[in-house]
Amino acid sequence: MIKGKVHKYGANVDTDAIIAARYLNVSQPEELAKNCMKDIDSGFVERVAPGDIIMATTNFGCGSSREHAPLAIKAAGVSCVIAKTFARIFFRNAINIGLPLLESAAAVDGTENGDELEIDLGRGEIKNLTRGTSFTAQPYPEFMAEIIAAGGLVEHTKNRLVSRRV
Amino acid sequence: MTLAEKILAAHTDRDKVSPGEFINARIDLVLANDITGPIAIREFRKLGLSRVFDPQKIVMVPDHFTPNKDIASAEQVKMVREFCREQGVIYFEIGQVGIEHVLLPEKGLVLPGDVVIGADSHTCTYGALGAFATGMGSTGIAMAMATGDIWMKVPPTIKLVYQGKLPNWVMGKDLILYTIGNIGVDGALYAALEFSGEAIDALSIEGRFTMSNMAIEAGAKAGIFRVDNKTQLYVKPRAKRPYRVYEPDVDTEYQRIIEYDVSEMEPQVSLPHSPANACPVSQVGDVEIDQAVIGSCTNGRIEDLQIAAQILKGRQVHPRVRCIVIPGTQEVYLDALTRGLIEVFIKAGAVVSPPTCGPCLGGHMGILAAGERCVSTTNRNFIGRMGHIESEVYLASPAVAAASAVAGRIIGPDGLSV
Repeated sequence: MIKGKVHKYGANVDTDAIIAARYLNVSQPEELAKNCMKDIDSGFVERVAPGDIIMATTNFGCGSSREHAPLAIKAAGVSCVIAKTFARIFFRNAINIGLPLLESAAAVDGTENGDELEIDLGRGEIKNLTRGTSFTAQPYPEFMAEIIAAGGLVEHTKNRLVSRRV
Repeated sequence: MTLAEKILAAHTDRDKVSPGEFINARIDLVLANDITGPIAIREFRKLGLSRVFDPQKIVMVPDHFTPNKDIASAEQVKMVREFCREQGVIYFEIGQVGIEHVLLPEKGLVLPGDVVIGADSHTCTYGALGAFATGMGSTGIAMAMATGDIWMKVPPTIKLVYQGKLPNWVMGKDLILYTIGNIGVDGALYAALEFSGEAIDALSIEGRFTMSNMAIEAGAKAGIFRVDNKTQLYVKPRAKRPYRVYEPDVDTEYQRIIEYDVSEMEPQVSLPHSPANACPVSQVGDVEIDQAVIGSCTNGRIEDLQIAAQILKGRQVHPRVRCIVIPGTQEVYLDALTRGLIEVFIKAGAVVSPPTCGPCLGGHMGILAAGERCVSTTNRNFIGRMGHIESEVYLASPAVAAASAVAGRIIGPDGLSV
């Protein structure tokens, strides 16, 4: 169960906004977290509390393939990102590193910045506690659910390699 | 099947693949750079394997923050260098290295029919050679380094048809900026683009690299061209292994087919802060600039430098403007030198940088202060892309960038006085 406040953004939040390239001379998640969302929301890092949720409209995470983007978001304490649509490389990367993403246009339309949400990831159920509404997100395709269940692509690959040797 | 489907199917054990299917594709080449390599190496180590799947199918190119921009960057490059030495994977040192997406085709490392994945979003560039090439994150690349394959969802294909004859000064960059302006930054989300039409047939291989390079800016997974004589002329002298040419089936289904008539097109400029904010150069208005960048994986090839030199020859860069020319590789640099282009640039008052991604992503070699504006042949202009969040980047072709450098404001070559 996830519970937290929503930090809501608009369309096409790109990877330069999530973590600008000038911060990419390091790769430790804790370091990246310090500069998360800086160029479009300089107060984000101070404001975000562990368990909080980032929400956006369309094409969240567009631009670069830098995995530093979902890593920064995850290390900043964000528990989940909800959007109407995600850019494909960002989507892959988030799945691979274990940052939960949910797609739900209705949830995005029905939620404001600062609202409190409760999320059941397994069921894809999003409850807006502030407004007393609830939504269901698009379920993951089976293959992606496998990666998530394993805990990310590294774990999934470890299992694959072990079963090859057996 | 479409071109994308044909190439992907050939890298699985299936006769046919369809959009939406999940596959595990065999990979011909895996790529990373100095920014994405360190995370990939860290994740690879977590598997506890002593060896990558095939060192000759992995390449790491230190191009983003090199020659080493600061101590932290030097440490990242060092980590990549040492891993490459340990594993015997392909590595290019300063002196041989260039911008990855200009370098790899030059060295014959990516070929028609290949499936190439890279920890860099502009990996889609190699689609110009009839390969399925796509960008991914460091962890995906790390796992591919271990197993030699990667999970993928088969994309639907959008066919783009460009009819008509290209007007003067209109090049691949203008076609792709126009297209992204037309369909939007997510207009091709999750799809493969298939470029075709008479204007495409007439386009040089460099122009095709430019177009494929920016497929990602429309949200696409890949941007693929059919292989023709121009491709063969480029690839044959460089290939050190056999390759396969695939053709799309004549009666195959596409998700969408979009036709453009290029015969009245003007050079395009994408205004701040989105590649999709494209308009004809004549409609940009009076925009004074402080910097012009000619280079990058989008437009850092010899044809691009040649066009810029043609415009700069016998002229002077505007006194307010910092004009930075970045040949994409050492070979491009040497070629430019032999052709007298470097002399043209220096005499015009431009500087010439070693091959690097540099200012494109706000790294080094030409960063912008608050309130400054740059016209650039690069591929992204989001807020803060090239420096201060109050700076602006205008995307354009080498012809527009060079003309603007002379005029001190954004202008097409036709707007320059003789």
